[in-house]
Amino acid sequence: MTAPTDLTIAEARAALAAKRISARELAEAHLAAIERLKDLNAYITVTAERALADAAAADARIARGEARPLEGIPLAIKDLFCTEGIRTTAASRILGTFVPPYESTVSARLWAAGAVCLGKTNLDEFAMGSSNTTSAFGNVVNPWRRRGENRDLVPGGSSGGSAAAVAARLCLGATATDTGGSIRQPAAFTGTVGIKPTYGRCSRWGIVAFASSLDQAGPIARTVRDAAILLREMSGHDPKDSTSADVPVPDFEAAVGLGVKGLRIGVPKEYRLDGMAPEIEALWRQGIAWLKDAGATIHDISLPHTRYALPTYYIVAPAEASSNLARYDGVRYGLRVDEGGDLDDLYEATRGAGFGAEVRRRILIGTYVLSAGYYDAYYLKAQRVRALIQRDFDEAFRSVDAILTPATPSSAFAIGEKQDDPVTMYLNDVFTVPANLAGLPGISVPAGLDAAGLPLGLQVLGRAFDEETVFRVAAAIEAAAAFDALPQVRAA
Amino acid sequence: MTYTLEGRTGTWEIVCGLEVHAQVISKAKLFSGAATAFGAAPNTQVSFVDAAFPGMLPVINRECVAQAIRTGLGLNAQINLWSRFDRKNYFYADLPAGYQISQYQHPIVGKGEIVIDLADGTTRTIGITRLHLEQDAGKSLHDQHPTKSYIDLNRAGVALMEIVSEPDIRSPEEAGAYLAKLRQILRYLGTCDGNMEEGSLRADVNVSVRRPGEMYRTRCEVKNVNSIRFVMQAIEAEARRQIEVWESGGEVQQETRLFDPNRGVTRPMRSKEHAHDYRYFPDPDLLPLELDPAWIAELKAHLPELPDAKAARFQRDYGLSAYDARVLVAEQATADYYEAVARGRDPKQAANWVMGDLFAALNRSGRSIADPPVPAASLGRLLDLIADDTISGRIAKQVFEEMVETGADPVAIVEARGLRQVTDTGAIDAAVAQVLAAHADKVAEYKSGKDKLFGFFVGQVMKAMAGKGNPALVNEALKRALS
Repeated sequence: MTAPTDLTIAEARAALAAKRISARELAEAHLAAIERLKDLNAYITVTAERALADAAAADARIARGEARPLEGIPLAIKDLFCTEGIRTTAASRILGTFVPPYESTVSARLWAAGAVCLGKTNLDEFAMGSSNTTSAFGNVVNPWRRRGENRDLVPGGSSGGSAAAVAARLCLGATATDTGGSIRQPAAFTGTVGIKPTYGRCSRWGIVAFASSLDQAGPIARTVRDAAILLREMSGHDPKDSTSADVPVPDFEAAVGLGVKGLRIGVPKEYRLDGMAPEIEALWRQGIAWLKDAGATIHDISLPHTRYALPTYYIVAPAEASSNLARYDGVRYGLRVDEGGDLDDLYEATRGAGFGAEVRRRILIGTYVLSAGYYDAYYLKAQRVRALIQRDFDEAFRSVDAILTPATPSSAFAIGEKQDDPVTMYLNDVFTVPANLAGLPGISVPAGLDAAGLPLGLQVLGRAFDEETVFRVAAAIEAAAAFDALPQVRAA
Repeated sequence: MTYTLEGRTGTWEIVCGLEVHAQVISKAKLFSGAATAFGAAPNTQVSFVDAAFPGMLPVINRECVAQAIRTGLGLNAQINLWSRFDRKNYFYADLPAGYQISQYQHPIVGKGEIVIDLADGTTRTIGITRLHLEQDAGKSLHDQHPTKSYIDLNRAGVALMEIVSEPDIRSPEEAGAYLAKLRQILRYLGTCDGNMEEGSLRADVNVSVRRPGEMYRTRCEVKNVNSIRFVMQAIEAEARRQIEVWESGGEVQQETRLFDPNRGVTRPMRSKEHAHDYRYFPDPDLLPLELDPAWIAELKAHLPELPDAKAARFQRDYGLSAYDARVLVAEQATADYYEAVARGRDPKQAANWVMGDLFAALNRSGRSIADPPVPAASLGRLLDLIADDTISGRIAKQVFEEMVETGADPVAIVEARGLRQVTDTGAIDAAVAQVLAAHADKVAEYKSGKDKLFGFFVGQVMKAMAGKGNPALVNEALKRALS
């Protein structure tokens, strides 16, 4: 029999319904695995008691025949989602002891669907990073190793804890957020599936804000079907978030099996970078071939403003972040460093001690680009370019139904390998950022291994609120790739 | 006549514009469901949104938007179907998010105007540049502890309308009249209570001076002036200061100043208090505010009659003088009271009673027209008693005083005290005969030509009848008896 931690969500759901396993057994197996693999540092906070209580309640409901869609499924929550009564840190010292008196809409929906809370996963501080090395709670270790090497690799970021936890079997699925690739890049680095849905699909209420116009919640799971199951429960209009869309939530899982026959797949020439690793290019070609074999038609398309996406992102996101993070001032909650001076001293001491280097860097960049005399040259221009990038996609989606690209320009790298220069680190997001700027859904699905034996992902982008097509294409790639490699470090 | 100030070197004009912050009347704050009542215990009306907790998001309060639209319509202003909220970024302890949500570039209301009434009976039109919605900040209390400041966030997030005038104001009187008229309109509309003492209406005053015929010179902003009187004083004080600067060869620097009402002067704010780069940018948590023209039309259809229109109608329909009409429409409650009394009665008599006896009673009792010692219906019944000759005007004054004291109904007072006037000519003739008999000497004097004694006889007859004789009938009876 499969170990409880190796089940997919769909399998666990069936096993729970058939009473082949209890929610309690599932929760206990995961708690034990978390304890055993705590060196991965995937979790900031483990909520063992809560998990067992949730599981007991789930078992009772299953016994009464009142199971809900995620009844008894043990999940991890990125520590950016506020959880009532459970410390929520955003992986920052400034919120190191913050216990929210409220529950984020997305996590509340998951609990209302019967999910079991295992704990809060690690991330880059305030979700700013692509390697999960900026966390005030230490870096997360990727459960994958290069063949013949024992060096720790990064899991990607910012949702590195969620991705590592899913890959290492420390939960069946996890919530994550994606501002510039923070779901898709770590999913690609850990051989998991991660979808950033359309902006407005999931409520942002109760999620610690990084860049409000880009932030979007989504799931990381081990299969496309599992991601679809989770996304359905996470989605839906929320009157408490003015940017949440009042549109119906389809049964994403139903789309998974529909195939791609007749779908038009676009391949954007601008995503072919100079000096791109040949195995990334090869994987992309492989993906194209798989989809063609499955009945899709392939079309060359152009997204001419792609090369401006990254610089645009690194103006818009820090600008919004510099304002969003102004509230962490030591006055009302969180860290306060009071050295007896005046109010400005309180701000400086608190924020100086509370924020790490990357967060400080982005606050400075953001403050700069919004400053008098620079606003037009940076922020305003970035907004204009953003509109052009959106228009590129609008044009493209007139002739294709989905777009296929690599998820990342490389596989996972070693801790410290790309930290000499922040710009090199920012390049990790080159394929993922455009979807955030355009608000479009994008999924990363594991499609193969590189020469070092590390997972690589392909990305599928879709029209706004057409996650169903994204899931169809992703499922076709998943089926063709038959990706069954396992990380070296994992439970069971 | 143009208002000018005389300097040492000649004549100066004042150029002035007002930025008024008006707290919107609404149950909940602009972007949160927290309550807005004044005077609650500190930090008891604060939601997680107002306190800027992590992950909290603003959601626009539709009623606050409706209030801004009503106000715009009341100012004959253009309502912008598309407007947007921006963030104004600065750090302060009573600004929880580190930014204020405001409408910097695209306000909900554009150009409008206010007609102000001046003491000499003339009017002037002052342009409105814009009205926008924004959040109020909390309150810092620096006097509660020797070394610490206390913060009260009850006000944080309350909706304000910032109403900006054109630089059309030319004298302290006009500024006072502008503020008074604006407050009157806001109160009529029910969009702001206009209470300057509680801070629900605050004014920033932009002042510059110039030689007649010149273009504008550099202006200074005098911030947070909290009464109409202080606004007028601040303008004159600031204008005199600027004239002194110019006349002594200096140059006025654009700056923000505060008015010290005790010393009657303005002083510069510490540079730290306003040296901000606010880094405005569109608030990404909010969608642009798009208005449905049908909704605006509906709000317009339900607007109350505003003071200028009401005053014109009072003159037209009730035949009142311009002055009386203006006095009676000063407050909605006064106008309503007056109309309740005047309806179906002599409108001029009603105006005289309201502006005379009632206002005097309000002054004496310290009560407001909204809570009058004599309800409008009672005063109306009193006037009816005069009209149907049940009592005389003189007795009515007496009855009114008793109504003020006891709150009793005039009909009941007249009955209980037997004040109904006597119209029985037999009783009057008897009283006349009795008075003439008792004053035979005076009758002789009268008959020898001392006409003035007629008034004496009237007084004696009324006295004999305890004041209840119908004055006209008494006169007639006396004339008959003495002829």
